[in-house]
Amino acid sequence: MDTRFSQRKQRLLRLKVLREGQAAEVQRVSAQAVFEKCPGCGEAVSKTQWARELYVCPKCGYHRPLGGYLRLSTLLDPGTFRELEPRLAAKNGLDFPGYDDKLAAQRRRTGLADAVVAAKGRICGMPAVVAVMDSRFLMGSMGVAAGEKIARAAHTARRAKLPLIVFCASGGARMQEGILSLMQMAKTAEAITELRDAGGLYVACLTHPTTGGVTASFASLGDITLAEPGALIGFAGPRVIEQTIGEKLPEGFQSAEYQLEHGFVDAVVPRAELKETLCRILKLHAKGGAAHG
Amino acid sequence: MADLTAAQRVALARNPKRPGTADFIAALFTDFFEQRGDRLCREDPSILGGVALFHGVPVTVIGHRKGRDLQENLRCNFGMPSPEGYRKAQRLMKAAEKFGRPVITFIDTPGAYPGLEAEARGQGEAIASCLAVMSGLNVPLIAVVTGEGGSGGALALAMGNTVLMLENAVYSVLSPEGFASILWKDSSRAEEACGVMKLTAADLFGLGVIDSVLPEPEGGAQEDPAALYETLDAALTAALRKAGRIADPAAHRRRKFAAMGERFLIEAGKEEL
Repeated sequence: MDTRFSQRKQRLLRLKVLREGQAAEVQRVSAQAVFEKCPGCGEAVSKTQWARELYVCPKCGYHRPLGGYLRLSTLLDPGTFRELEPRLAAKNGLDFPGYDDKLAAQRRRTGLADAVVAAKGRICGMPAVVAVMDSRFLMGSMGVAAGEKIARAAHTARRAKLPLIVFCASGGARMQEGILSLMQMAKTAEAITELRDAGGLYVACLTHPTTGGVTASFASLGDITLAEPGALIGFAGPRVIEQTIGEKLPEGFQSAEYQLEHGFVDAVVPRAELKETLCRILKLHAKGGAAHG
Repeated sequence: MADLTAAQRVALARNPKRPGTADFIAALFTDFFEQRGDRLCREDPSILGGVALFHGVPVTVIGHRKGRDLQENLRCNFGMPSPEGYRKAQRLMKAAEKFGRPVITFIDTPGAYPGLEAEARGQGEAIASCLAVMSGLNVPLIAVVTGEGGSGGALALAMGNTVLMLENAVYSVLSPEGFASILWKDSSRAEEACGVMKLTAADLFGLGVIDSVLPEPEGGAQEDPAALYETLDAALTAALRKAGRIADPAAHRRRKFAAMGERFLIEAGKEEL
């Protein structure tokens, strides 16, 4: 109960931070003198330092996942955050056993209606629509609600003639929504195609992990594709591939750096440089999207 | 055959004697000219495609190919395409648009191949680009799920203005084995997975994912292929006639897939979060 309360408090504070632009608050909230081990190198790093470093390990550079609101707070100019449809969710369309309870528990735990947070805001003064997949919610898996949220973000960007930035982080399709989940690949791909046909800019940012149906739809359709260091990016998961070919995968297979080498991303960008990189990309496309204002 | 379980239909859908794309092309079309290769890297025989006449009218036909005997199975990787197959499909679809002919696709794959080279060459990108091409394709596309509709590897050919499905075909987000393995960490519970996945033609019709269910001969398509070809011929003729009246096939397709799952959307209550 206590942890739930403190999580809610944190989230509310984060929202307040986003609305009022007091970026420093985020750090103060989590400034309990507690250490957390880096999942990459095992080094103990203080929570304060994690927050200050945007959850990148100061010792080994490991990029920990960022929740939707936290990610937006690192990118959007203070005071410009306007959330899009925060409560969009989906029913248990397949009557899948146990799924209702699971959804309810996830909503309570994360304070999210589903796995995507979307917002309108400004980055370095330039307006944009940004959608972020939150891997805390059922591993960021894509069901009807997540697919619809991405599609609506793309439609909003197209109608408002704004660039779209999507942060992908997903274990793939939402198994409990079965075929409806698969259909979200078609839905999101068509929304991105419409945006693209209208001359809109779409930047895909691939973060750990980007796999399955998300990789095989909107994650792979960016005009510009960025990736965070060390992110796992692929269609089939490493375990499935190992089972199929009957051997161990080489070190670094499907990492962001591997995808860069194989021609599927434009740049691997450390989190500390991400905002600056996005600013530059938006600036470079400000006139290029002429059909787009 | 309304009394079959989902698991029994999965078995029928996978029956090695079940007619496939090559059989449909031989039985329903004339003057088939096969187009091979993705123009980038190689030819992937697990996707078969080309131009043919359907009742005298040129159409582009594309489908998964599993192969008839072991040698062919191996050559076709048991119907599991590599990125090259999907890139060939994109090439053929774009050619169909250029020459203004409808596209007919036959879906029968366990899924896109989850191998090392397939990943290295961008399996995800290849499927995503198929979806993007179909989203903008300005000729009618009729998809028929004829056997196994396995995951993204099936959807990559299946964004039809009309999606038909054979009675004993299955179509799902993942194979029942993979589903059980992901959700329960136990692939031996595949039969149980079949029961909850809603993967039969009747289930999918109810969910609005497919437009109609085509009946199969008693005992399954392999028992009387000729009867199945007659059913398919009539269904394709009707679907093409209907699709021919659509003024903007791309917009029609986009509207159709944008609505998938729409009726299950809700607003989460404030108290839930």
